[in-house]
Amino acid sequence: MNVGKKDNGNSGSGSGGSRISSKGRDVRMMELEGSVEKDRIKERGRVGKSRYANISEYGLQTYLLIAVCVSVMVLTVLLVNVVLNGVERLSPNLLFNYASSNVDEAGMRAAILGSLYTVALAIAIALPLGIATGLYLNEYGGGNLVSRMVYATLTNLAGVPSVIFGLVALSFLSYTLGLGRSIIVGSIALAFLVLPLITVTTIESTRMVPSTHRLAAYALGARKYQVVFKVVLPQIIPTVLTSSILALSRAMGEAAPILVISGLIFVRRDPLSIFDEFTVMPLQIYNWVSRPQQAFIELSAAGIIVLLLILLTLNVIAIYLRNRIQRRVVE
Amino acid sequence: MGKVDEQMKRDDRDSRPLFLGKNNSNNLMDVMVKYLLLSAALFTILAIIIIVYSLASESFSFFIHIPAHEFFFGTRWAAFFDDKSFGVLPLLAGTMLTTAIALSLAIPIGIGSAIFLSEYAAPSLRSIVKPILEILAGIPTVVYGYFALYFITPNLQYFIPDLYTYNALAAGIAMGIMIIPTIASLSEDAFYAVPQSLKAAGYALGARKSTVMMRIVIPYTLSAIVAIIILGMGRAIGETMIVTIAAGLKPTLTLNPFESVMTMTSAIAQAATGDAPRGTVEYTSLFAIALYLFAIVAILNLISSYIKRRWEIRV
Repeated sequence: MNVGKKDNGNSGSGSGGSRISSKGRDVRMMELEGSVEKDRIKERGRVGKSRYANISEYGLQTYLLIAVCVSVMVLTVLLVNVVLNGVERLSPNLLFNYASSNVDEAGMRAAILGSLYTVALAIAIALPLGIATGLYLNEYGGGNLVSRMVYATLTNLAGVPSVIFGLVALSFLSYTLGLGRSIIVGSIALAFLVLPLITVTTIESTRMVPSTHRLAAYALGARKYQVVFKVVLPQIIPTVLTSSILALSRAMGEAAPILVISGLIFVRRDPLSIFDEFTVMPLQIYNWVSRPQQAFIELSAAGIIVLLLILLTLNVIAIYLRNRIQRRVVE
Repeated sequence: MGKVDEQMKRDDRDSRPLFLGKNNSNNLMDVMVKYLLLSAALFTILAIIIIVYSLASESFSFFIHIPAHEFFFGTRWAAFFDDKSFGVLPLLAGTMLTTAIALSLAIPIGIGSAIFLSEYAAPSLRSIVKPILEILAGIPTVVYGYFALYFITPNLQYFIPDLYTYNALAAGIAMGIMIIPTIASLSEDAFYAVPQSLKAAGYALGARKSTVMMRIVIPYTLSAIVAIIILGMGRAIGETMIVTIAAGLKPTLTLNPFESVMTMTSAIAQAATGDAPRGTVEYTSLFAIALYLFAIVAILNLISSYIKRRWEIRV
């Protein structure tokens, strides 16, 4: 089937039924699909039959375009709105000062440090746990009762609202285990919040490791643990690191569980140990958002700019890494 | 001969080639690694047990003080007034209202974007839209709350003058925006799983693209889409910060989207910012709400994974 020839024919016909798709095609789509469809449109356009079908084609495409535009527009409007409101309040004070009731001096130093400590600790807990769980499920479990149970639990854990993690951490870790409303409690809550994400990525990327690699290692006399640690693990590390960056940015944006654990407290010193009281960036922003004064609303917008910049950087790194990995896989 | 047999038997036992000889420490290592990984996997189960146990035990002490029917069917929520009342219905109504608004926005837009990305978009356009959806998915909910309160509400008030500053509509819209990326990317995966042969058969019969979409792709993926929508519903029900910031923290039993409402999650968040000392009825009431919420979300997840599994078997 000569797709190129059909393309030429279509561009002049003016039916425009597939204007979007004719510009360039997803390579995954079958050639057949494109050429047959263009044939149809050309014929129908010329004969003038089946006006109804044309309307439904246009209608669907218009609707789809609107649907996509909504997301793009919302993101634009959101960013522009935040930047316009907050840019005047961006100052070194915001980064280096503690929270204050004086707007001009208020900053989020304690919140930034709190976020960094909490999230770093959360990832330090979740990453080894998640990788180990994923490796067990895929390499050892092999569909036995335990691995099926763990898998079912994971899907459930992923659906648990984040605020419940906070409440349970408060009840069990802070009170029952006596850890107080401290950084370690927040970290554990966040760790279990992102654990399903890391585990599922580990499972998926472990499945991608070709079984020939494992068999080759076995043929060389490797033991199972050697296969797992020296053949499988090195291959999944890039993907898992990417997903852990996404987990990091998710944990950094979470306010609800931390709100329940630490409350809306006023922290005016750097957190020094994992048992200190703390606050995090989203919580500081929530604090400012909920104040009635215009100045604090602007300040919250400035705080959002800082938070979004950090998260965007993390996301860009993750997307870049993932594209590199994908390219390597394709090659 | 017998010696070789014996040797082979031993090899079979520890599945080790002859030339490596015996090494018991390696064997031990193998077992240790296995159980180490297993113990890590068991943490997941431990976590869910702790969650259920904590919620259940604190709720139990709540239901000792407050009869269950008063909680489940009471129409007034006033945990922090002198005249206390623990009827969860207003909170349930608030949750359902905001979730319904969110879904009625997110389903058409999310699935529309997914169809566009998987079937219509040129690769160049796709490579722009996809990261935008990913960025939207990564925006913290506090930011959506801010957006709802200081952008969506003022703009809505332009059209609806008697809209409250804190209202369910703006919070629901922001929540809808929040779950668009989830619905879009999951349904896109589902659309990719449709066999090309089915679509090709449609085209061979002379169908247009829109016909193939509506008559082949959508019906084929319908159960997956339902599962995805239920998943999105679970996320909307569990969302906390947007409703805490923008929906008003006022427990009214209403389905009017222009009024201030309090959801189950924002009741928990509000109590956390306020004063609910450990052991009081107010404190335990939060766990009763959370248990209720957990049960709703768990049931939704069960339904969703059941539908999805059936779909995957068919694929």
